[in-house]
Amino acid sequence: MMIPLSWYLILAAALFCIGTYGVLARRNAIAILMGVELMLNAVILNLLAFWRYGEPTTAVGQAFAAFVYAVAAAEVAVGLALVVVIYRSRRTTDMDQITLLKW
Amino acid sequence: MDLRQLLELLTVLIPLPPFLAFALIVLFFNRWKRLSHSVAIGAMALSFLMAQFVFWTVVGWGGEALYEHPIAVSIPWLPSADVALEMGVFVDPLTAVTLFFVSITCLAIFIYSVGYMHGDPRYSRFFAYISLFATGMLGLTVSDNLLMLFIFWEIMGLCSYLLIGFWFEKPSAYRAAIKAFLTTRIGDVIMLIGIAYLYTQTGTLSFDAILRNEEVLHELAITPSVIPTLSVAAAVGLLIFAGTVGKSAQFPLHVWLPDAMEGPTPVSAMIHAATMVSAGVYLVVRMFPLLSVGLEHAAGTPPMVAMAVIGTFSAVFAATIAVAQNDIKRVLAYSTISQLAYMVAALGIGAYIAAAFHLVTHAFFKALLFLGSGSVIIGSHHEQDMMKMGGLAKRMPVTFWTFLIGGLALSGFPIITAGFWSKDEILAHAWAHNPTVFWALAAGALLTAFYTMRQICLTFLGEPRSHHAEHAHETPWVMTGPLVVLALFALFFGFVGIPEDFPVLGEVGKGLFHGNWFHHFVGATIGKAPKAPPFDPVPVSLSVGAALLGLLVGWLVYGRRPLAEGQTDPLVRWLGPVHTILRNKYYIDEFYHLVFVRPTIWLAKVAYEWIDLGLIDGILHGLARLSEVWGIVSRWVHRYIIDGGMVDGSAKLVGAIGREFRQALQTGQVQHYLISVLFFLCTFALLYLLYLGVTP
Repeated sequence: MMIPLSWYLILAAALFCIGTYGVLARRNAIAILMGVELMLNAVILNLLAFWRYGEPTTAVGQAFAAFVYAVAAAEVAVGLALVVVIYRSRRTTDMDQITLLKW
Repeated sequence: MDLRQLLELLTVLIPLPPFLAFALIVLFFNRWKRLSHSVAIGAMALSFLMAQFVFWTVVGWGGEALYEHPIAVSIPWLPSADVALEMGVFVDPLTAVTLFFVSITCLAIFIYSVGYMHGDPRYSRFFAYISLFATGMLGLTVSDNLLMLFIFWEIMGLCSYLLIGFWFEKPSAYRAAIKAFLTTRIGDVIMLIGIAYLYTQTGTLSFDAILRNEEVLHELAITPSVIPTLSVAAAVGLLIFAGTVGKSAQFPLHVWLPDAMEGPTPVSAMIHAATMVSAGVYLVVRMFPLLSVGLEHAAGTPPMVAMAVIGTFSAVFAATIAVAQNDIKRVLAYSTISQLAYMVAALGIGAYIAAAFHLVTHAFFKALLFLGSGSVIIGSHHEQDMMKMGGLAKRMPVTFWTFLIGGLALSGFPIITAGFWSKDEILAHAWAHNPTVFWALAAGALLTAFYTMRQICLTFLGEPRSHHAEHAHETPWVMTGPLVVLALFALFFGFVGIPEDFPVLGEVGKGLFHGNWFHHFVGATIGKAPKAPPFDPVPVSLSVGAALLGLLVGWLVYGRRPLAEGQTDPLVRWLGPVHTILRNKYYIDEFYHLVFVRPTIWLAKVAYEWIDLGLIDGILHGLARLSEVWGIVSRWVHRYIIDGGMVDGSAKLVGAIGREFRQALQTGQVQHYLISVLFFLCTFALLYLLYLGVTP
């Protein structure tokens, strides 16, 4: 007996919402990055679930997941580097005080 | 090319070299003084040679042959409705003789100017002006119609103005220049009216077509003019004579000539004695057929009566003034007026040959006298007051002897001077035709002899009466040379006009010149020379007596006991108040000043202060004030209503709204933006599901 697909999808949606909440509501830049990671992981979970229930004979879902991990790792590296640079210039990682994106 | 064509060409070319010299000096040679005078004299010499060639050739032909076939060329110049005004040259005996004396005196004076103007800062300019002047005089002489003559006449007027005011640093010089220009302008304008009137009547201005055409003259004589009782010929004659009155400085327009002596002396000699003022007389001699038409029916035509009256009056009038002048050049200026008046009077009584003869001899001896006075002025360090001269005969021998010759010629010293023969001919005619004129002119001759002797004695005899005169020196050969040449003419030129029945000398004249050469040659200007009045010993002895008496009295008063330094003129004591009037020239300048100059200035003042400043400027300033007020109102409207209310107002409104929006939405925080992204994503997804996605 298999766990139905919808359970995976609900879990992934929950994980995505938690990540989104983290991105939108946290003040610390590091925490926001962590939220981004959660959202990515939710997407991967979705991907794998659909692969298992759709085309289990080929390994494309796993391969895709592996690519996303690699990209996510690189993305985190860039993100953390940005945070470090911002911290160096502004002595803070508090997103409320970083209001550069305006005219 | 045969001889006639050559002569025509040369006649056309005669006025040109001085004009080229003028252009070259003005445009290129201004800086080089020696080059300037070389060019001017060279050009004048060229004109001189051409003029002499023409003259001697036509002399060979004889007057009557020249009258039959004058040298005449003309080309259409100003085409008007149906006829073209023509431009051309015309040489008849009168023109030939005029060319002869004009070219000689001009050349002599050009050369003399080298010495007189030496060291002047505007030396080149002087030669440019006199070259232009020579163009004017030569051009006037060879003109074949009145319009061209008038143009050259005005060129000379301009040069006269420029040269009188040549030393314009002196207020007296520029005032004299303006006075000369304006005074002669009166005559010129009247003359131009006459020319225009003549043109409307005949449709031509050519001398050939009017003066040598009996029918035209007759027609003019019988046509009544706009002025009642005057024929067209008489009206035109009077109008043209007005030009002569201005140019030849006859009363009442004589006032400019004495003042014109402010110019350099060569100018006084050339323009104001030998040529330009002679041009006035030349004009009336030239127009004589028109002026005298209808003479056979009456004692005198109106223009001739006017000439006789004005000429006789001016002759005596100017001579009396000359008696009381102390400036060496002013004496000569009044004597010029007086001598020109002799010619005018001679024309008035019909003696046009005598007038032309006196014109030529006068040009020679008066140029000589002026150049002599210039030599005196230079020699005695720019002293012009005769009272401060004296004793110059020993110091300036050449000047003295030539001046003496000129003075004797002016006085009409018998036999040996040219002035005697020409003046005698005028007096002989006057005796025959009009005794009143004769007695007046004889009185004038007496005065002339007197003031000439006075001038010679005061200037050259006795002891020096000033420091300058004491250290006087003879002038260089460029100045004395022309004096000697002119002196020869002043002595001997008269022999070409000895009356044939003059005792003894008439035979000599016949032997040398086939009789009265001048009479026959110039007389042929109007066809056949009129018969000269028979020899009459009475006028001759009277004129000789007048001349000798004048000279004797002059000698007794000033020569026998020369004035000492500081001594007053004995005339002052003898004449008393009369002398004062004479010295002040009958107060005519003052009278003109009061009657013409002052009202003109007053009128100008009224026009300026009231009409210009008050009325015209008032209107203009009012308009300006009005637009200024309008501008202020407009500016206020613009600034506060248009700019403030509409243009800037709407822009400010938009700006304010934008600013509010920006402050509300654009926080700069990424998370705020992400929230709006999320919001819209959800909204669109919801919309998609509601409107599109529900349909399976």
